[in-house]
Amino acid sequence: MKLIAGFAAGLVFGLGLVISGMSNPAKVLNFLDVFGTWDPSLAFVMGGATVTTYIGYRLVWKRPAPVLTEGFQIPTNRTIDAKLLTGAALFGLGWGIGGFCPGPAWTALPMMAPGTLLFIPAMLVGLWLGGWLSAGGLRGSARPA
Amino acid sequence: MELSTPTEFTPWLSLGGGILIGLSAVIVMALFGRIAGISGITTGVMGAVVPMQSSASDRDWRIAFVVGLVTAPILYAIVTGGWPEQTVPSAPLGMIAAGLIVGVGTALGSGCTSGHGVCGLARLSPRSLAAVVTFMATAAITVFVLRHVI
Repeated sequence: MKLIAGFAAGLVFGLGLVISGMSNPAKVLNFLDVFGTWDPSLAFVMGGATVTTYIGYRLVWKRPAPVLTEGFQIPTNRTIDAKLLTGAALFGLGWGIGGFCPGPAWTALPMMAPGTLLFIPAMLVGLWLGGWLSAGGLRGSARPA
Repeated sequence: MELSTPTEFTPWLSLGGGILIGLSAVIVMALFGRIAGISGITTGVMGAVVPMQSSASDRDWRIAFVVGLVTAPILYAIVTGGWPEQTVPSAPLGMIAAGLIVGVGTALGSGCTSGHGVCGLARLSPRSLAAVVTFMATAAITVFVLRHVI
């Protein structure tokens, strides 16, 4: 059941990316290019997704627990620290170079453009490296459970 | 230097696609009680192969979710008879650097466009808002420099 549900949720998410045009890096880069070939579409995607999620979350949170797992696991960290801002700044830099964030990179995979086939393995290495740095890197501090 | 392929402004398709993304985020919360952040989900999937800071109990549905993501354009192609329109930057070093930086950045910043953007803003999280403002700004500056300065 969890597998079917996970697959269905991923499929809906992926169809959303494809239909909205966000699976196309050119469209994303044009949103970011306010002083060039600007395409405001991404703002409509974010708007539609965020409002839907805002309403849906509030309906879902009326339930005591999720359907398939023990409890809701919602991030509790509220501190805006250097690590958050450094990470976000780096993510923006990479997003601006490649036009891919993680979701659209996955939906681009079956079309196998050369740029996609380089981006995805590099992203996976980056996620591993970032996780290692988060855990203390060379200092090797204990990993939070 | 970067390609600037003009794209058509698609307000209705983008709004509709955005609503689907939101529905998926709501499904993930309703069924699994989790934030639908793709960088986090990808990290969970990688935990099957290499040691990662991810929970093993969430691994199976996350793997299925990524399979669903990858299946979406294939389903689209079967239904419409063609792949979705796509222009991917081709500079090899640029794409390798972009992938690495996106990976490191989303791991350090604990989220990307979906986790901080869609889900975080929907939770009215100040932390996510700070992340979104930061990555939108550095992304726009990056594109400006690549397209209009260099």
